[in-house]
This record gives sequence, C-alpha cells and structure tokens, in this order.
Amino acid sequence: MLEQLDAVLLARLQFAFTMSFHIVFPSFTIGLASFIAVLETLWLITNREVYHNLLKYWMRVFAIAFGMGVVSGIVMSYQFGTNWSRFSELAGPVVGPLMAYEVMTAFFLEAGFLGVMLFGTDRVGRGLHAFATYAVAVGTLISAFWILSVNSWMQTPQGHIVDETGRILPGDWWAIIFNPSLPYRLVHMVLAAYLTTALVVGACAAWHMLRRRAQDESRVMFSMAMWMLLLVAPIQIFAGDQHGLNTLEHQPGKVMAMEGHFESHPDGAPLYLFGLPNMETGTLDHAIGIPRLGSLILKHDMNAPMAGLDSVPREMWPPVPVVFWSFRLMVGIGLAMLALGLFSGLARLKGRLYDWRWLHRAAFVMGPAGFVAVLAGWVTTEVGRQPFVVYGVLRTADAVSPVAAPAVGASLLAFIAVYTAVFMAGTLYMLRIMARPPHDHEPGPSRDVPQRAAGITPGGAMAATGAPGDAKGGRR
Amino acid sequence: MNGLMPMDMTTVMGFIVVFSIFLYVVMDGFDLGLAMLFPLARRDDRNTMINTIAPVWDGNETWLVLGGGAVMAAFPTAYAILLPALYAPIMIMLLGLVFRGVAFEFRFRSARRARLWDAGFVGGSVAASFMQGVALGAVLQGVTVVDRQYAGGWFEWLTPFSVLCGVSVIVAYMLLGACWLIMKTEGHLRDGAYRWARLLLVAVLAAIVLVSLATPFLLGTYWDRWFAWPTMALTAPVPVLVALVALALVRTLAARRDYWPFPLALALFALCFLGLGVSVYPYIVPGSLTIWQAAAPEKSQAFFIVGVVLLIPVILVYTGYSYWVFRGKVGADAGYH
Ligand code: HDD
Ligand code: HEM
Ligand code: HEM
Repeated sequence: MLEQLDAVLLARLQFAFTMSFHIVFPSFTIGLASFIAVLETLWLITNREVYHNLLKYWMRVFAIAFGMGVVSGIVMSYQFGTNWSRFSELAGPVVGPLMAYEVMTAFFLEAGFLGVMLFGTDRVGRGLHAFATYAVAVGTLISAFWILSVNSWMQTPQGHIVDETGRILPGDWWAIIFNPSLPYRLVHMVLAAYLTTALVVGACAAWHMLRRRAQDESRVMFSMAMWMLLLVAPIQIFAGDQHGLNTLEHQPGKVMAMEGHFESHPDGAPLYLFGLPNMETGTLDHAIGIPRLGSLILKHDMNAPMAGLDSVPREMWPPVPVVFWSFRLMVGIGLAMLALGLFSGLARLKGRLYDWRWLHRAAFVMGPAGFVAVLAGWVTTEVGRQPFVVYGVLRTADAVSPVAAPAVGASLLAFIAVYTAVFMAGTLYMLRIMARPPHDHEPGPSRDVPQRAAGITPGGAMAATGAPGDAKGGRR
Repeated sequence: MNGLMPMDMTTVMGFIVVFSIFLYVVMDGFDLGLAMLFPLARRDDRNTMINTIAPVWDGNETWLVLGGGAVMAAFPTAYAILLPALYAPIMIMLLGLVFRGVAFEFRFRSARRARLWDAGFVGGSVAASFMQGVALGAVLQGVTVVDRQYAGGWFEWLTPFSVLCGVSVIVAYMLLGACWLIMKTEGHLRDGAYRWARLLLVAVLAAIVLVSLATPFLLGTYWDRWFAWPTMALTAPVPVLVALVALALVRTLAARRDYWPFPLALALFALCFLGLGVSVYPYIVPGSLTIWQAAAPEKSQAFFIVGVVLLIPVILVYTGYSYWVFRGKVGADAGYH
C-alpha cells in the first residue's frame, strides 16, 4: 500500500515538474508568434525598417523558445503512457483522438512552416514569408485549443459513457470537445500567453530605454507592449471572474478551496483576503476577510448562501492551502498587471511614456510576472480538482502505471537534472539576445552560421540579408 | 467477431499507425543518422551538415508524436501495456531527443559551449536511436501481460536481441544520414559521405541478416509466417527484393550518382518494415494482444480516421512544399571566413 502510494506521488511530481517546464515555453511562444506576425504585417504595410529589425530580433528569441517548447512537449505526450497508463487505457478512447487532432491540425502546421519562417527569408517572397509566419502563429493557437479541450474535458467531463469495465468511451464528440469549461479556459489561457509575452517584451524595451539605447526600436516595442497590458489586463480579470463562476457551477469544491471557505455561510459569505488554511481542523486561521463580498462576487447577491467544504466528504477535499495560495498569487499578479497598464496609460496621457523612468523600472521588474501567474493558475486548476484526474469519474490514484516507484523516482531525478541544465542554458541564451539592443540590419535567427554560398543555405541566406560585416558578426 | 474481415476500421487504424511510425523512422532517421556522423566529419563541415536539416527536423520529429498519439487513440490497451513495459528505453529516448532538439539553436548561441552542445547533439541522437531499436526488439520478443496489464519486471526489455536491434537501428540511421548528405552536399563532405555509406551499407546488410535469423526463433507465430505454406509464398519475395535493392545501392554508390542512394536506402527501410509487419500482423503486442483485442471503440477510430483522411494529404503537401523551398545542394566547401 505504502509502495503504491509512493509511485502515485512520484508520478504526480514528475508530471507536475515536466508540465510546469513545458507550459512556460508555450505561454511565451503563443504570444511571441502572434507578436511577430503583427510586426511582419506592419512591415509589409509600412515598409519601415524598425519593424523589420524588431521582427528579426524577436525571431531569434522565438527560435530558442520554440525549440525548448517542442522538446519538452514531446516528453509530455509520452508521459500519459509511461506514467499514467491506466488513465491512457481507460480514458484513451476520449482524449487520444483529441490529442491526435492537435498533432494533425497544429503541430504539423507549426513545424511545416517554421523552417520557412526562420530560414526562408531569402528563398521565398515577402508575402509567402508572412504567410509562413501566420501559419506558425495560427498553429500555436490551434494547439492551445485542442490541448485545452482535453484538459477542460478532464475538468468538466461530459458527452462520454462509462462502460461496465470502467472504460470511458466517447458518446458525443461535439459535447466532449466543447465541454462547459473550454470557452473560459481557452480565453483565459490565450490572454495569459499574450500578457506574459507583453510583459517580457515590455521589460526588454524598458531595459534598453533605461540605458538609453536603440531609441526607435525600444519605443515601438514598449508602446506596443503597454497597449497590450492596458487593454488586455482588464479583459483578463473579467475573463478570470467568469471562469470562476463557471468553476463554481461545475467544480464547487475547487472554488471552496480557492476561497478558503471551510464553513458554509447560509447568509452571505465573506471574501477572505488572507488566512492560514488548516486542513486538520478544517478552519481558516487568522482570517482577514471582507464580509459578504464573496457572495457578491460569486453569486452577484451579497446575501446569497454559499456552501463550504464542511458539506463535502473529507476524502474529497483537494489540498486546500496549495489551491488557496496559488490562486491568490495569480490574482495578485493580475492586479499588478492592471496597475502597470494603467500607469502606462497615465504616462501616455501626460506624454511621458518614453521618459518616465519609474514606469520603465516597473515594467522591467514585472518582466517575469506572467510566467509566475500562468504557473500559479495551473496549480490552482490542477491541484483543485484532486483527488480526481477526470473530475468525478476517475481518481488520480487509479490512473497511474504499474511501474515500480524506484523507476519513476530515477526518471524524475534524470528529468530534474537534464531540464535544469538544458532549459537554464536556453533561458540564458534568450536573455543574452535580449540584453543587447535591436539595431539596424538586425540579423536573423542563424546569423552566426558561417556560410560562403549565400542564398543556398539557411544560415548563409540570413547572413546575406544583413549588412556586409554581419555574417562574421561574432558568435557570442 | 469482425476479426476475419480484412479491411475493417481497426485494420485501417493499424495501417495508419504503421504509416506514421514508418514516416518517423525514415524522416527523423536521417536527422539522427546525420548527427551520429558528426564525429567523423571535419569540424568545418559540421555547420553545413546542420544546415541541411535545420529547416525540416521539427516536422520530421512530429511523426513520432502522431505515431504515439495514434496508438493511444486507436489501441489504448496496447499503449497502456507497451509504454510501461518500455519505461526506461522511452525515458532515455525522450531525454536524448531533448539534447538533440535544443542543440540546433544552442550550438550557435555560445562559442564556449558549442562543443558541449555538439556532444549533446551526438550523444542525444545515439541514445534516442539505440533506444528506439531496443524498444522495437523488446516489442518483437513479446512482453509479459497478465490481465491486460504489463506484469513484467523493470528490465524485461534488456536482452541480447533487443541490444542487437538497437545497434542495427544506429547503423541503419547512419546509412540514411550518409545518403542524405550525398544528395545534399558537395565537395569533400560528399566524398566522405560516399565512403561512410559504403561501409555502413555492409553493416546494415549484416544487421538485416542477423535480425532476420534471430526473429523466427522468438515466437512460434513468426516461424510459421516465414517458413510454412501458404504464407511463405507471400513472404519469400521480401528477402529477394532486399537483395535487389542492396545491389542497386552498391552500384549507385560506386558510380557516384548523387540522387539515387537516398531513395534506395528509403526503399531498403520500407522492405524491412514490410518484413516486420508480415511477422507481427495481426498482433500489436506480439504474443498477447491482436489489434482487435486492443482496439478502441469504433467511435474513437472513426473520428480519428476522418481526421487522417482530411488532414494528412494537406500535411504531406505543405511538408513537401517546405522541403522544396530548401531543395538543392547546401553549401560547398564552406568554412569560416
Ligand atoms: C495552452 C497551450 C499549451 C498547453 C496547455 C500544452 N501545450 Fe504543448 N505546445 C503548445 C501549447 C500547449 C504549443 C504552443 O503549440 C507548442 C509550444 C512550442 C511548440 O513548439 O508548440 C507545444 C509543443 C508541444 C509538443 C511538440 C510539438 C512539435 O513537435 O512541434 C508536444 C508533443 C506537446 N506540446 C504536447 C503537450 C501535452 C501532452 C500537453 C499536456 C499535457 C501540452 N502539450 C500542454
Ligand atoms: C486577477 C484576475 C484573475 C482571476 C479572477 C482569475 C481567475 C482564475 C480562475 C478562477 C482559475 C481557475 C479555473 C478553474 O480551474 O476552475 C484560473 C486559472 C488560470 N489562470 Fe487566472 N485569473 C486571473 C488572472 C490571471 C492572470 C493575470 C494570468 C496569467 C497571466 C492567469 C492565468 C491562469 C492560468 C494559466 C490558469 C489555468 C488554466 C485555466 O484554467 O484557465 N490568470 N484563473
Ligand atoms: C500547462 C500547464 C499545466 C500545469 C502547470 C499542470 C500542472 C499539474 C500539476 C501541478 C499536477 C499535479 C496535481 C497534484 O498532484 O495535486 C497535474 C496533474 C495532472 N495534469 Fe496537469 N498541468 C497543466 C496542464 C495540463 C494539461 C493541459 C493536461 C491535459 C492534457 C493535464 C493533465 C494532467 C493530468 C493527467 C494530471 C494527473 C496527475 C494528477 O492529477 O496528479 N495537465 N498537472
């Protein structure tokens, strides 16, 4: 029994670890692909060199992030079978085809046009190149659609049939794909990716403006990023609120954990800002809350009754402290993004967008915040649905593979070692690119590839579009 | 049972799985093989080598995701048995692919660490190729199944036969990689590739003979398939064709016809695949589970097949397009300038 428990815990840790690494890259590549597509469109229309320089600058960052997204994603797709084989057998008939559609509609599209996007500048015309960029950007969005459909179905399953052996079979595909939480999760996640990217772009621009470098390029990208924050942060908060209402309807236990509602409140629940959730006693210790605001937000009526975890059997409780804190972290960062967006709006009104140094400092500090919010959001979502892996249908403990704990433990250690080394290096390389300002005749992704025959090789082709000295522009 | 109907949906799904695994093996096969030829190449040729595959490797690798996804979607029981059975080989393969995949970008981003990432590129490719072969061998020799679940030990996959398969896949991928280089490069890099290809062809043929000799002894069904009437009439042409293709390969390598060795090497792979398919069909977990016993309900398969019919032709078209954009020889005797 203890042995079995260990294997489940290790499998969960391994999934959480590899998944958390993976999601960081898609959050960035989804946003960056769209950003690059916009830059390329602006360049096509206006022919301004700034856009071209920014385009090539960010494409280099994109190439690295995308590569890391791909390799960590391939690991994910096989983990279902290696670590969750019972899940694969029982739920495979439902989730397998959906993930296969993701491969056929999204991954091939991204991969097929990525080469043209990164290396094809010299081999296809500007129009076709833009088309390749759009294809990649659309591919990332389609990929988000399918994988979130799978995940949302696991959160709010419908349209399936459970047969007498416990297998979960498809009943109505339409109902499965467009399950109740998909619209909310999809909107919330795609906006999260856009915000995350805007924060990184904004921080990069702010860094160079603080050092008074690359004025044109930095200004353009700073302005674009700040518009994104100002417009999208409020939408994201609204979307998150709607998402919460949807969750309350379908996974009430999760919302109770997010809110710290151990007791039921028959006439109006408070909104707890802080407190220490105590699973032992079933109380929220040292709680600070605003009376009745919880009911107002979640039920739009400040006197509406709200059930608490005391109405749920104990063995069905998710780990409340994790859910409680990760949710607060995400919401806190969301509010900080809103604040930054408003700050930039104020600066714009006062005509000080490009010289208010406190704004630039704030934007710089907020650079990594999107990633933290994304991870916190996923932790809320995933931990909050425990002890189920398919909510209400299949328990996590019944989904695991018959693989001995030492094997899972050994592979977990290997993943920790390899991911830390490889992805830290990749992050460092991206930061190194961003630490240098974009400039005129920005070289493309493989600028350092030493090639003689320009126009024949990807590397040579990119180098050849730069200024004469660029091809040997130093591999650094 | 519909088990006797030869072209039911489950059989179609079986073909789809084999098709995507085959495309993976030949397409990522030449990428991985090229990486394993790295240590033999002159340092200043390595960038050219990378450049021949940089625009296409991601698409090639995607067939691996489709192959795995197709097994999960259409044969969930087989997926749930085979992946735990192959736990260690798959984990090592995945970690190898991590190193291989990031090396494309990383090696150009750090002058100091370039050698390190090159080592990762080669080592990751060796690990991935070897483990793919080991996995193939482990599946061919059969896994312990009790109650439709994997019930073997932690190291059941490790046998002399699976190691033989691992080594065979390494040399076979290297042959593909060498033939790819012959097609895509010029000058002394191409000369080198011709030399490697000749040696590797010998090694590959030896591997084919060894694996073919060992396979019939693994399971009774294999023996019957190859050496009993009437199936023998169907299987006998396969070795004959292998011999013919090998001969053609020898001659085009000797005559230095740049564009012939690669398609011929592909044909060799296709024949080996056919041979394996003939041995294994209709099992998906040899010795334990046929494709019908492992199949998902028709509703899952039908949904998948619709997607394949509509989407795979489109995918093949734009994949072909992206190969066409990067057609032709890459780099001459390129070097640092
Ligand atoms: C909301 C977005 C999102 C989420 C939740 C996930 N992914 Fe992902 N994934 C992407 C968005 C994405 C992407 C944007 O499409 C990526 C990132 C970089 C890339 O190459 O494509 C990608 C790449 C990617 C790849 C490589 C594709 C290729 O070869 O080109 C695989 C196999 C997976 N993912 C599989 C998964 C699995 C099994 C997940 C869940 C368990 C998962 N992803 C969660
Ligand atoms: C401040 C306002 C926000 C609110 C009220 C909010 C609300 C929520 C809720 C209720 C969930 C859990 C849904 C569930 O599983 O049932 C969630 C999940 C999530 N949140 Fe937020 N959120 C906010 C801001 C953000 C921000 C700023 C980001 C990232 C930039 C973000 C990223 C995520 C992600 C990635 C998930 C997991 C995926 C999903 O279920 O959609 N959230 N959010
Ligand atoms: C992308 C961001 C994601 C992150 C950061 C994430 C994180 C996590 C975490 C932390 C757990 C462990 C929960 C626990 O043990 O208490 C978990 C479990 C799980 N998640 Fe996710 N998840 C993500 C997305 C997904 C998606 C998109 C899917 C489905 C395709 C998925 C499927 C699962 C499954 C099958 C488990 C089972 C293990 C378990 O529940 O413990 N996750 N995830």
